[in-house]
Amino acid sequence: MSVSKPLPHDAARLHVTGAARYVDDIPTPARCLHLAFGLSQVAAGRIKSIDLEAVRHAPGVVGVWEANDLPSDCDCSPSAHDEPMLSGKTIHYFGQPVFLVAATSYLAARKAVKAAEILFETRDAILTIDDALAAESRFEDGPRVWSKGDAGEAIDTAPHRIEGEIEMGGQEHFYLEGQTALAIPQEGGDILVHASTQHPTEIQHKVAHALHLPMHGVRVETRRMGGGFGGKESQGNALAIACAVVAAKTGRPAKMRYDRDDDFMITGKRHDFRIAYRAGFDAEGRVLGVEFVQYARCGWAQDLSLPVADRAMLHADNAYHLPAIRIESHRLRTNTQSATAFRGFGGPQGMLGIERVMDHVAHHLGTDPLAVRRANYYAAAQDVDAGGGPAPRSAQPNAPRDISGPKKDADSTTRGASPTVSQMPGAPQPDRVRAPQHQTTPYGQAVTDFILHAMTDRLERDADYTKRRETIAAWNAQSPVLKRGIALTPVKFGISFTLTHLNQAGALVHVYQDGSIAMNHGGTEMGQGLFQKVAQVAASRFGLSPEAIRITATDTAKVPNTSATAASSGSDLNGMAVKAACDTIRDRMAEHLARLYQTEPGTVRFADGHVHVGDAVLSFGEAATLCYEGRVSLSSTGFYKTPGLQWDRIKGRGRPFFYFAYGAACTEVVVDSLTGEYRILRADILHDCGTSLNPALDIGQIEGGYVQGVGWVTTEELVWDSEGRLRTHAPSTYKIPACSDRPDVFHVALWDGANREDTIYRSKAVGEPPFMLGISALMALSDAISAHGSRYPDLHAPATPERVLSAIQRVRDGD
Amino acid sequence: MAQLLRRIEGATLEQGQFWYSGRFFTMDITFLLNGESVSLRDVAPTVTLLDWLREERGLTGTKEGCNEGDCGACTVMVADVEGAKALNACILFLPQLHGKAVRTVEGLSGPDGGLHPVQSAMVDHHGSQCGFCTPGFVVSMAVAHLNGDTAHDDALAGNLCRCTGYAPIIRAAQAAEQAPVPDWLEPAKGFRMPQQPAPLDMAPDSADALADALLRTPDATLIAGATDVGLWVTKGLRDLGPVLFLGRCTDLQQIEETEDGLRIGAAVTMDRMLLAMRDRHPSYAEMIRRYGSAQVRAAATIGGNVANGSPIGDNPPALIALDARLHLRCGQDRRVMAIEDFFIAYGQQDRAPGEFVEAITIPVQKDRLRVYKLSKRFDQDISAVCGAFSITVEDDIVTAARIAFGGMAGIPKRASHVERALVGKPWSDATLASTQDAWEEDFAPMTDMRASAGYRLDSARNMLRRYFLEDRGEAVSVLEVTP
Ligand SMILES: Cc1cc2nc3c(=O)[nH]c(=O)nc-3n(C[C@H](O)[C@H](O)[C@H](O)COP(=O)(O)OP(=O)(O)OC[C@H]3O[C@@H](n4cnc5c(N)ncnc54)[C@H](O)[C@@H]3O)c2cc1C
Ligand code: FES
Ligand code: FES
Repeated sequence: MSVSKPLPHDAARLHVTGAARYVDDIPTPARCLHLAFGLSQVAAGRIKSIDLEAVRHAPGVVGVWEANDLPSDCDCSPSAHDEPMLSGKTIHYFGQPVFLVAATSYLAARKAVKAAEILFETRDAILTIDDALAAESRFEDGPRVWSKGDAGEAIDTAPHRIEGEIEMGGQEHFYLEGQTALAIPQEGGDILVHASTQHPTEIQHKVAHALHLPMHGVRVETRRMGGGFGGKESQGNALAIACAVVAAKTGRPAKMRYDRDDDFMITGKRHDFRIAYRAGFDAEGRVLGVEFVQYARCGWAQDLSLPVADRAMLHADNAYHLPAIRIESHRLRTNTQSATAFRGFGGPQGMLGIERVMDHVAHHLGTDPLAVRRANYYAAAQDVDAGGGPAPRSAQPNAPRDISGPKKDADSTTRGASPTVSQMPGAPQPDRVRAPQHQTTPYGQAVTDFILHAMTDRLERDADYTKRRETIAAWNAQSPVLKRGIALTPVKFGISFTLTHLNQAGALVHVYQDGSIAMNHGGTEMGQGLFQKVAQVAASRFGLSPEAIRITATDTAKVPNTSATAASSGSDLNGMAVKAACDTIRDRMAEHLARLYQTEPGTVRFADGHVHVGDAVLSFGEAATLCYEGRVSLSSTGFYKTPGLQWDRIKGRGRPFFYFAYGAACTEVVVDSLTGEYRILRADILHDCGTSLNPALDIGQIEGGYVQGVGWVTTEELVWDSEGRLRTHAPSTYKIPACSDRPDVFHVALWDGANREDTIYRSKAVGEPPFMLGISALMALSDAISAHGSRYPDLHAPATPERVLSAIQRVRDGD
Repeated sequence: MAQLLRRIEGATLEQGQFWYSGRFFTMDITFLLNGESVSLRDVAPTVTLLDWLREERGLTGTKEGCNEGDCGACTVMVADVEGAKALNACILFLPQLHGKAVRTVEGLSGPDGGLHPVQSAMVDHHGSQCGFCTPGFVVSMAVAHLNGDTAHDDALAGNLCRCTGYAPIIRAAQAAEQAPVPDWLEPAKGFRMPQQPAPLDMAPDSADALADALLRTPDATLIAGATDVGLWVTKGLRDLGPVLFLGRCTDLQQIEETEDGLRIGAAVTMDRMLLAMRDRHPSYAEMIRRYGSAQVRAAATIGGNVANGSPIGDNPPALIALDARLHLRCGQDRRVMAIEDFFIAYGQQDRAPGEFVEAITIPVQKDRLRVYKLSKRFDQDISAVCGAFSITVEDDIVTAARIAFGGMAGIPKRASHVERALVGKPWSDATLASTQDAWEEDFAPMTDMRASAGYRLDSARNMLRRYFLEDRGEAVSVLEVTP
């Protein structure tokens, strides 16, 4: 069967020959206009005067527009209708588009922009978390608070207590392909948009809104993106709308591509967070109560900040059963780029909060942080041997198990309940874990699939963690300048959109009379290999090899009302929808062929490129021809919605996630105490993809996710100056990991076990979870720094060499 | 392109001719593109190869990721008689290609469509995800493969990938190491080398011709590797006016042993500088290994790095610590100065109109040089601080010290107070401690997005300590620790 095969990316050959087409590679249509935005040069205030005469007369310029020249507000927001494409008089951030230029060439448009004369009247900008708190500048009326048990009481009465704070910076997506869109006018006022977007339907919706067209008047096509990472979920709206508006106004095609510096200045990034914490725990490090106050810097517009901040709250437990917890979340509004989706979507920030607590607790007790982590793990899932034996690998779907629907949820653990019965983690006994009551997350979802005990055991063994910790301690004792550190951290990541209705997908499959197949679904390809995985699913349904399947561009005219390719959901949702479509066609074919050959439809088999009907063996092409001649419809849509979800985000209760994906990473670093420079020496990763649809692509996501996560916590520093101007606005100043930054030794293994939920071939989502494996690098740095003294390093992220050096100085001064 | 022409200062006369500052310049650029000869008579001299490939030739395999030399998505292979190099097409002006052979990703596969070994290795090892960085990687890998270079991390330091985490790309590069160079890329077989091209006025072919041209057009912008000037055009959107390219002055590209020491022509690129320093001053060579990336080192010249007067250039501190001399030339007049005297103040150098850097000499000396380049990221990152130390110790007494820094002041600057606090003292912990205050007398660095003033001072101080410990044989570099 074609699923589970480590096949290359479907476009690999096109990538390596330069033949893969991205939006800007589409041959520029005749008379195409090129667009550029003129950007605000202050962070907050009003436009006192604006003179665009010189822009209008610059060579090649065809049109110049300000906000009030547009047919509508051209709102670009994915949520709150608070993002007009052009600023109007009021300025909300440094880099906000103020006017739009169309010219006959890309360079002409960019040069023309520089001729603008704008006088700004500035007011004090709200830039930092503290500024926003002082000004009560926030989204939603006040902080969101979710709690379970009485955390304050539990902390105050606990034998040990710590408190602290961790700052974590944002992160620029740095998709290698910048934001791009191309709009081509069609007959009758319709518009075709080619966009580099994770969310074609939203582009369609926003363009239709801007032009006062019904959605059927706008078609959006996306063949591939040169990386997305969440940065193309909503941030491409402005370009697509701009192109569509200009195309509609001029009747000419219009293309817009942000210069890299503009891309940095205009678009949103990962939310930076400050998380203050207080925890009470026992002598083993078991957390009895914990309080988090999460401050998220959301930027000027709401965008996706609410669900991002929700997801940070939803991951405040990571892998740990926290009997009493209170999470307070502030969504702060600042005069900066509007922070947006980025791989993990708040999950990394929430998770880093609790990982920091684990590290701090272990430091306080002087124990191995891994022991503390284990002591706090959720109880193991019922049928997993905690000794490390994987669940049986199975490609055959089992009957789905019923887990907490609303009814069960209502009577599961309540606020004050402390499931002390399962408070013996580390060595779960089979009889105990078989107890009917599951431990629940802070938001009340039962954790039924927890496999991290066994995974941690295996990774600890494979990475030789315990012995290396000793070796490192000995090495550090004789090395005054350089110190090593090691850390093993887990990931438990919830899979599903937290906005429940988004968990749906559609597909369209055609079988042609020669047996070739064209497949389309609502997911977009940004490098993650979704198209190949889904093609493998389709091929498997028909017993064919994936070459028989033609994967076509995502197109709102083929599959409507799609969700963003986000929340790691791409193959879960679209794989199922494609399967449904294939099965419909397959059943129709089987029925017809069975009738022809006078046998039972149930006995018709599709395998090895053939169709077995009774004693006859037909090639798939022959079978397709017979069905066509028998007037059988060989085209079908497919649809899927994730079952069992139910979620109340205000109360913070319910079952937002279909299942959890797990992983663990062990990272070793070496740190120079003279300059704070450091390197990652080795990383070992064990990650859970359920029954992998394609192990090669999954390993690719894990390696890439880890390195991107390491970037977030190490060198990727965003610096805004006191004027609110982003100073790190190009790769010259913003440093994502380069080739030599990957670990010298880098082992990645897949956990061998099926998803307990009935997902596509029992696989698990893999887009986002591995990102958070990178947290182990920050913890390893903290470990190395700790070797310089007795004080806790209090290391913030990103831990640039400068921050590392100052942490070393702190640790030494503390002695 | 006609429109680009008009933007050049002065009028277009006829095809292939420009009028600058009272003089005709002909413009007839010829080079090979994927084996085919190309001749250009009507392009402005600051059109980049990347824009031309994508917009004029429809060769969209070469990508734009940053348009400033930092991501490598635009990497192309450029060969001349010296061999093949990887260069960033986004900051490469068309006249720089005159007489060379360019190969883009489209030209790597065989005539029958067969994949180059690095291409098939990239497919087999899952080296591409979104694929946008891939053409650039593949070209860098093909260049390294052609040159038998297996230091993959160095060869690929200038290619950013946001998807893969690099591991599969390195696996692919390793897998392709042993594969033979395909026929069509063997210089001896299929890979055509360009003929000796016609002279190009804006690219004089000797220092004398350059001196002449510069006298006649003293306001011309000199362009050597264009790793600075390129950004003035792609990011600053500046019209440069008259330009003179140095790339064809072969006599400025020589490295010679002379009586005064090693004489390095101004147009020597950093990759060749690295080779020259490898045996003489290995720490300098190690710094250059981290200078920019393979693509940048193949373009950037030592003359450009000094002449631009940047306070964060990496060569000046090392050259100051080595007591190098700078040779300036104007017409037939030449003058020589200690290199530190060239840097007067931020943005101001001791260079007169019509004058250019001809060479740098490094006196022969016992190697005591250590250069420490400090940045957020090891590779392809501008230094926050670059410290160069040459300290002579005899019988445990410091007898001479030359210490210079980049990133600590508005110019590359010597640490004269620190030097004074060391000379004549015992080479000891106590002496190091006694320099504490001298640092603040020498430097008042600034805070910017690369580092704070405090960190700059602390790490500069600690670099002296690193030098001292290294001298005692202690391990002080994280780059030398193995897992
Ligand atoms: C991606 C990237 C990474 C970089 N990394 C580093 C780094 O790690 N360390 C570092 O120090 N720099 C770095 N740089 C900066 C740059 O590479 C250097 O300053 C380089 O040495 C400039 O040389 P060039 O030949 O490219 O100069 P050009 O750009 O051609 O010219 C630079 C200036 O010098 C003038 N000039 C050139 N040659 C002469 C001459 N012979 N006489 C008089 N004037 C002359 C030019 O007119 C211009 O003003 C980097 C640049 C890029 C784009
Ligand atoms: S486009 Fe990034 S280096 Fe040229
Ligand atoms: S594969 Fe996407 S950037 Fe490298």
